Amino acid sequence: MSGSAYQDDRGNKDRSITKAGSPGSATGARRKGTAVPAPGGPFLIGENMTGGYGKGPNILENCTIAVDEGEIAVIVGPNGAGKSTAMKAVFGMLDLREGSVRLDGEDITSLSPQDRVAKGMGFVPQTSNIFTSLTVEENLEMGAFIRRDDFRDTMEQIYDLFPILREKRRQAAGELSGGQRQQVAVGRALMTKPKVLMLDEPTAGVSPIVMDELFDRIIEVARTGIPILMVEQNARQALEIADKGYVLVQGANAYSGSGKELLADPEVRKSFLGG
Amino acid sequence: MDFLNAIVALSNFVLVPAIAYGSQLALGALGVTLIYGILRFSNFAHGDTMAFGTMATILFTWWFQSLGISFGPLPTALLALPLGILGCMAIVLLTDRAVYRFYREQKAKPVILVIVSMGVMFIMNGLVRVIIGPDDQNFADGNRFVITARDFKQMTGLDEGLAIKTTQGITVVVAIIAVGLLFWFLNRTRTGKSMRAYSDNEDLALLSGINPERVVMITWLIVAALATVAGVLYGLDKTFKPFVYFQLLLPIFASAIVGGLGSPVGAIAGGFIIAFSEVTITYAWKKVLTYLLPEAWQPDGLVQLMSTDYKFAVSFVILLIVLLFKPTGLFKGKSV
Amino acid sequence: MGKMRNIGLFALVAVLILLTGVLQSWNSALLILNMGLVSAMMAIGVNLQWGFAGLFNVGVMGFVALGGLATVLVSMPPVHAAWRAGGLGILAALALGAGTIALAIVLVRRMRPGWLRTLVLIAVLIAGFIAYRAVFDPAVAAVERINPAGTGYLGGLGLPILLAWPVGGLLAAGVAWVIGKIALGLRSDYLAIATLGIAEIIIAVMKNEDWLARGVKNVIGLPRPVPYEITLQRDPAFVERAAALGLDPVTGSTLYVKASYSVLLVIVLLILLWLAQMALKSPWGRMMRAIRDNETAAEAMGKNVTGRHLQIFILGSVVCGIAGAIMTTLDGQLVPTTYQPLRYTFLIWVMVIVGGSGNNFGAVLGGMLVWFLWVQVEPMGALLMQGITAGLADGSALKEHLLDSTAHMRLLTMGIVLLVVLRFSPRGLIPEK
Repeated sequence: MSGSAYQDDRGNKDRSITKAGSPGSATGARRKGTAVPAPGGPFLIGENMTGGYGKGPNILENCTIAVDEGEIAVIVGPNGAGKSTAMKAVFGMLDLREGSVRLDGEDITSLSPQDRVAKGMGFVPQTSNIFTSLTVEENLEMGAFIRRDDFRDTMEQIYDLFPILREKRRQAAGELSGGQRQQVAVGRALMTKPKVLMLDEPTAGVSPIVMDELFDRIIEVARTGIPILMVEQNARQALEIADKGYVLVQGANAYSGSGKELLADPEVRKSFLGG
Repeated sequence: MDFLNAIVALSNFVLVPAIAYGSQLALGALGVTLIYGILRFSNFAHGDTMAFGTMATILFTWWFQSLGISFGPLPTALLALPLGILGCMAIVLLTDRAVYRFYREQKAKPVILVIVSMGVMFIMNGLVRVIIGPDDQNFADGNRFVITARDFKQMTGLDEGLAIKTTQGITVVVAIIAVGLLFWFLNRTRTGKSMRAYSDNEDLALLSGINPERVVMITWLIVAALATVAGVLYGLDKTFKPFVYFQLLLPIFASAIVGGLGSPVGAIAGGFIIAFSEVTITYAWKKVLTYLLPEAWQPDGLVQLMSTDYKFAVSFVILLIVLLFKPTGLFKGKSV
Repeated sequence: MGKMRNIGLFALVAVLILLTGVLQSWNSALLILNMGLVSAMMAIGVNLQWGFAGLFNVGVMGFVALGGLATVLVSMPPVHAAWRAGGLGILAALALGAGTIALAIVLVRRMRPGWLRTLVLIAVLIAGFIAYRAVFDPAVAAVERINPAGTGYLGGLGLPILLAWPVGGLLAAGVAWVIGKIALGLRSDYLAIATLGIAEIIIAVMKNEDWLARGVKNVIGLPRPVPYEITLQRDPAFVERAAALGLDPVTGSTLYVKASYSVLLVIVLLILLWLAQMALKSPWGRMMRAIRDNETAAEAMGKNVTGRHLQIFILGSVVCGIAGAIMTTLDGQLVPTTYQPLRYTFLIWVMVIVGGSGNNFGAVLGGMLVWFLWVQVEPMGALLMQGITAGLADGSALKEHLLDSTAHMRLLTMGIVLLVVLRFSPRGLIPEK
């Protein structure tokens, strides 16, 4: 009964009149704002971010996440630490009460997620990150939707990066295996030729072998020069490939440093890496 | 010879009418399924949207006729069709602006939109009746038949004639063109693909920079075109009566659901399944059986499984059977 | 504050009806009142389903029509000749049909899935259908041959028509059980299309099965629970009393009959309203709302959601069935062609939404108010159109067309009313607490 009367569907689940699932939620933070020049600092930084969903309590408390050119930055932490929330905050999917987000010398705090994509952010959500009923190639095309130039080169590059996708490009993406779907998802995000790629738990729910392969692919993407910001559940493996690591606890920075430093830090090892 | 006669009789009374009716239902169901896929609700006003588009076409047809413009052997309504489509597009876009858009901004649950569409249904229904009246309007002109039963008999020397009405021929041709265009658009163009993407995963479509308002607008435009074409073809083939169009809602919904709501291929398959079962089950098979069976076995009665008034029951039973075995319809895998 | 507002809204309806009495006639006012009361009952039924359980029933017309059918089956005198000619045959055929379906269900449950089951199933259904038609067709023909102009059907049980009201509810319950069992039992819920379809089928049966209730030949002259006008007019005591009130016997008798109905209807409505309120406040009602507001949680707590939904769907349909029987009793005749979805399904929905989904008093208010508008929009529209067309020359085609079109203004108005309420007062005039 709470909220607007228009959100009250009285528990109706009649599939002959309404489509399952909720209408898009990403528009929740559709703000009309402009980017302001803010030179200096790291390539991408979410600085002193404080905020939560809607009018709810703060999930992030003065949290700072940054990634520089040519780097892989990894956010790790226990369940419910606000890792994904921090990522979404950087991407503009929740309203910040304090703090700012800057990308490539511009303050983009007031931009909507869609506008951030146009500014060069590539984002791969954790779930529902592909168009299951579209073919692999169509998924990539939709990734390039905002581009009006010829994107065949980019597509070729992605096929070179993920050869399996070239093989399955006429197949519906929903018919692919978990690991292949993640490759489609990353490929889709790369189609805009982003300046930075953000991955929300790319290895969630895939087998260890596939996970290793995915990490290899991510390193390969990073080698092409795109900075990567990534949330990971598998902290140890993620920190091994990370140039920079952030350990979040209850929405705040607990530890940060290079991947190696964190792996060597006894406190971090004890609390988060199981000794 | 008897076998050929039986086939001709079957074609004349079952196949040809069912194909024409099936095409009309398929076009109607496509509109319902597109709205369901993109706007997430079943549009109760669809039958009345069809009626509105048809009414607009009829008005333009009368105007052309009064100007002395005709389309030779083909119905003048075909010339007026593009104008009718434009008229329907105008009212549908107006409705979206004035009514539906507000609820999208509020992120209303789809079932609220269903109720909203009931209101739109009342208004459109009233509007059509106010403008053109509740009565039958026969607006088909031009040649009545592509081939008459008598010509066919003379041509083939068979006892049974096969009559194909011009409107039936037009229905099939226009339906094929419309469906072809639609599938080309959905599968080959950037905008069409973005519609399918939006229907598949709204959030991801937004992240990809697909503008939902544009997708919704294009969907309404396509739906208006499909509804008008479906309505005009049905009206040419049978007759135009606002109440009948409202009643078409049931077989159209049934077609869309049988095929799997949200799936265009399903809508077409569903349309033909419903049409063929309606026509075959309500057809009196005596004539066909008389040709096929030996004298001793020939039926005394009409061999009509059900009276034509129960055609709704047929759509409904087919629907139930399909849902019992395939709860998401026949073609759920491939949504819009 | 809220309470005053609600009382004010009901007072508004009362004033509107009184105004009708003063400005038009008391007969019209009572007519509006009576049908408004019936509409309020239907709205309570739909509100039970939609307001309390979120079930989308777009087949209200079917359940209302079943109530109508009940009046004929209960109150009309039996046609003995028809029973002798084919009554047993029809009963036997119906039993055969039901048996075939039961056998088919048993087969589906007992046999292992596979081509053999499919084959046996098809064979049973075809054989059953042929046997059914073989018994049914001659029996029906025999029944319909008996005095087709006057009866041509089996007739009813010849019982008091008041009995038809609960029986109408029972008929509706039976059909609702079958529909709910199928549509709510599927993996996802398909109630809307199922009810839309079944309503059309019920109407088709009533139009075509002449042996049942004369089909489109209609059944007229249903018995009444209140005296006939003509009897009253012949009763000197009544004439005297009418004269004392300054009424001529004809007006007096018609008013008396309508007012008696009003009393009956108010009693029934109050009972239904009381029951609905009790149900709402009972543990059962609280659970219904808990399921509505969070089905997953309710399911996790071990509540049988489908079962509860089936219960409330049946209950709501029963109320619609009772209201349907009452309505046909008021009309004094059963005319299957008058059942139209816009009037008997979607208008009831307008009443519920306008009144306030989830609130029984809202449903009653919506029923009365929307019914008043439905009736009065036409004369108001005619007045409006006369104003608009006053400048046009008499006999001009446009003027005539516009004047003719007032008859359809009510549909337009209902749509506008629904959309305006949804937009500006989405919880309805009397929102759920």
